[in-house]
Amino acid sequence: MTASSLRFDVAVLGGGNAGLCAAITAAEAGASVVVIESAPRAFRGGNSRHTRNLRCMHEAPSDLLSGAYSQTEYVQDVLSVTGGRTDRALADIVVRESAGCPAWMMQHGVRFQPALRGTLHLDRTNAFFLGGGKALLNSYYSAAARLGVTVMYDTEVVGLDIAGRECRAVTINTEGRERSVAPGSVVLAAGGFEANLSWLAESWGEAARNFVVRGTPYNKGRVLKLVLDGGAQAVGDATQMHAVAVDARAPVYDGGIVTRLDCIPLGIVVNRDAVRFYDEGEDAWPKRYAVWGRLIAQQPGQIGFVIVDAKVQDRFMPSVFPPIAAPSIAELAVLLGLSADVLERTVATFNEGVRPGRFDHAVLDDCRTEGLSPNKSHWAQRIETPPFWAYPLRPGVTFTYLGVRVDASGRVLMNAGPATNVFAAGEMMAGNILGAGYVAGLGMTIGTVFGRIAGEEAARIAAS
Amino acid sequence: MLPADLTSRGQHVLAVCNACRYCEGYCPVFPAMEQHRVFTQGDLVYLANLCHDCGECLYACQYAPPHEFGIDVPRTMAELRVASYQEHSWPGALSGSFKSVSAMGATVLTVACLAMVLVVALATGTGFPSFLSVLSGGDGDADFYGVMSHGAMVWLFGGVGIGLVCALAISTRRMWLEMSGTAARSAPPVIPTILPAILRASTDAATLRHLHGSGEDCVGAEELRLPWRRWCHHATVYGFLLCFASTSVAAVYHVVFGWRAPYAYSSLPVVLGSIGGIGLLVGPAGLLALRGLRDSARSYAPQQSLDSVFIASLFLVSLTGCLLLLLRTTAAMPSLLIVHLGLVLALFVTLPYGKFVHGLYRTAALVRFALDNTSRAALERQRMEGTAP
Repeated sequence: MTASSLRFDVAVLGGGNAGLCAAITAAEAGASVVVIESAPRAFRGGNSRHTRNLRCMHEAPSDLLSGAYSQTEYVQDVLSVTGGRTDRALADIVVRESAGCPAWMMQHGVRFQPALRGTLHLDRTNAFFLGGGKALLNSYYSAAARLGVTVMYDTEVVGLDIAGRECRAVTINTEGRERSVAPGSVVLAAGGFEANLSWLAESWGEAARNFVVRGTPYNKGRVLKLVLDGGAQAVGDATQMHAVAVDARAPVYDGGIVTRLDCIPLGIVVNRDAVRFYDEGEDAWPKRYAVWGRLIAQQPGQIGFVIVDAKVQDRFMPSVFPPIAAPSIAELAVLLGLSADVLERTVATFNEGVRPGRFDHAVLDDCRTEGLSPNKSHWAQRIETPPFWAYPLRPGVTFTYLGVRVDASGRVLMNAGPATNVFAAGEMMAGNILGAGYVAGLGMTIGTVFGRIAGEEAARIAAS
Repeated sequence: MLPADLTSRGQHVLAVCNACRYCEGYCPVFPAMEQHRVFTQGDLVYLANLCHDCGECLYACQYAPPHEFGIDVPRTMAELRVASYQEHSWPGALSGSFKSVSAMGATVLTVACLAMVLVVALATGTGFPSFLSVLSGGDGDADFYGVMSHGAMVWLFGGVGIGLVCALAISTRRMWLEMSGTAARSAPPVIPTILPAILRASTDAATLRHLHGSGEDCVGAEELRLPWRRWCHHATVYGFLLCFASTSVAAVYHVVFGWRAPYAYSSLPVVLGSIGGIGLLVGPAGLLALRGLRDSARSYAPQQSLDSVFIASLFLVSLTGCLLLLLRTTAAMPSLLIVHLGLVLALFVTLPYGKFVHGLYRTAALVRFALDNTSRAALERQRMEGTAP
């Protein structure tokens, strides 16, 4: 510890979307703000770099969003994907405040674009950032600089001095030495522990070693651990997360969007025993893609294989890895290391179960199977037209849900009561709303809404 | 053929972009890319020439260096572009100019052109029979054709002009065929579709629409978006065209009306040429100055050399032209005229083998883009009407 503390009204721990929204809001309220970012400048922003949109409530069509997406429907979607495991009051805040986010974002330099082609349904519900999350972060960092926010890159938080309900100091490691920050208030926005395979292994066991970390390698959960150890109430369970099926050939860290596979609803998924295990067509993809990470994680060896035939090969976004192709199911099985007999039987059984219907990828169509276990509820077509394509799948963790409990003003709830000067936003508290499951774009909405709330409250507390 | 490693690198970069698509709203390159899953060399050449080098997609890219994927789209496009210039220039023997431009080579060429002009002047000019007489100057009556006869000027520059137009036409046609792939060879577009496409592409080119199409101007460095590159480019292009118009009007005056140069300062050729000349001074100077503001990560040395040589030659042609206008009644006129004509000759001779070609090739790419859009829109309509094949 050095003698001189760095004094700021508000210390924001973490330089991603939530942290920047908090920093900008606090600075505009007149506070002196420092953002502590553990990554070097080139990798700043945590997982936000890989994002592309946020889900917004709106009553009428606009430049960004078609049709309407009411509060009722939005809340219903959240309830549906979480199975009711959500703090209803906080979810309502996120949904209600989401309507005002695009305007605020644009005021701070963020630009939007029409919904990306190949993303079905999303143009009504999700506003897409022009250039994606990294461009969004560039705009925010630029806005923060104009507001006089101090940013410290390559700086890790190594200690939180919490006494009862107050955080008195933050110890950071910067340029090889430890320093102390004495903040009026603190906003915790340092992400989950998704890049910490050891922590994941505590609840998943050795299966965690087969996970792919879709985003930043910097989210080891250090700040989360510090604040939980400092007496903050935890929310959610350690096995819950937003995880999708990614190509097994993806790099262990930071592969991002290009490794995700979107063809699952158009085909079948088998495990390493060559049998199906879940309804591939259960619901619209933006509401279902996030269950597949968990599903694959629960399969033997944490491996799965999606198989499609030639009929649907142009109907999904291309993956960066080439498909494994073969002219017959038996030959495909050989390439995948699966039993040819079992795979042929699985496909044949599936095909027999397919009932006639009118295929329409844009709606919940009537192409389904009957008499199978599990059935496929929609988009079921016979897999019989060569060439057959397969992609190997692994669970790709986006972010973890175990976090800190907060109240409606983003204030962290300690075991001893609501913290006097500690707030949280983003992944660190998303678990309050996401007990399980996920729907596309919700993460960025939570971060933006609670980032702004936390920033405003933190500035107010620091001023008083 | 493009080098194999460049082709595979281009295919890899585009495969990543195609799977990501976050940059889709910045410019036409991404929507054009999304029509394919596999990229042929012709696709790479098309996309690289469609790219306007605005830089947005570098700063937006989560996979840009130092990320292990190392995706640098503007840089990859620049490499493909320059390689395609070299591949399609005609005749092939002169295409080496795209690979390496040296100050020495440029100087030698310029000196050779100056010498050529001097020889022709001495042979055909009536007022100045010797080199010394050129240096010592005339009697202040701005008698250009005393230095070099009008006929000699017409034959020399007209002949070279026809040659360069042929070279440009041949190379542009080759580029067009490569960019359009097999479709162009088997079924050339019909007049009703090609004319609107050309009109659309020309408007895009004339307004540099894609340098500010996403709402803000092109990026010099992260979050530094200024309109100056676009405005200096406009000054250069329109300055050039005004100078061309000036010469054309003067040709009409001379041939049709028998009015010979020098023309009054208030005359149409002089007014056009003066405004054009100012544009052709301010524009190139501005473009060079803006280079200093540019992030070094955005510079690709071979492209930069091509740019520099072309900008410098335009600037010098305009500078000497302006000086000639101002000093035409002084003793310096003959020397200045020789220098100016020599620089113009050098510019003409190098036009098909330098940066200038980007105007034609990029416009051709825009034509293809417009055509693809029309046919895609038509196909969508057919699908909705149920009349699709």
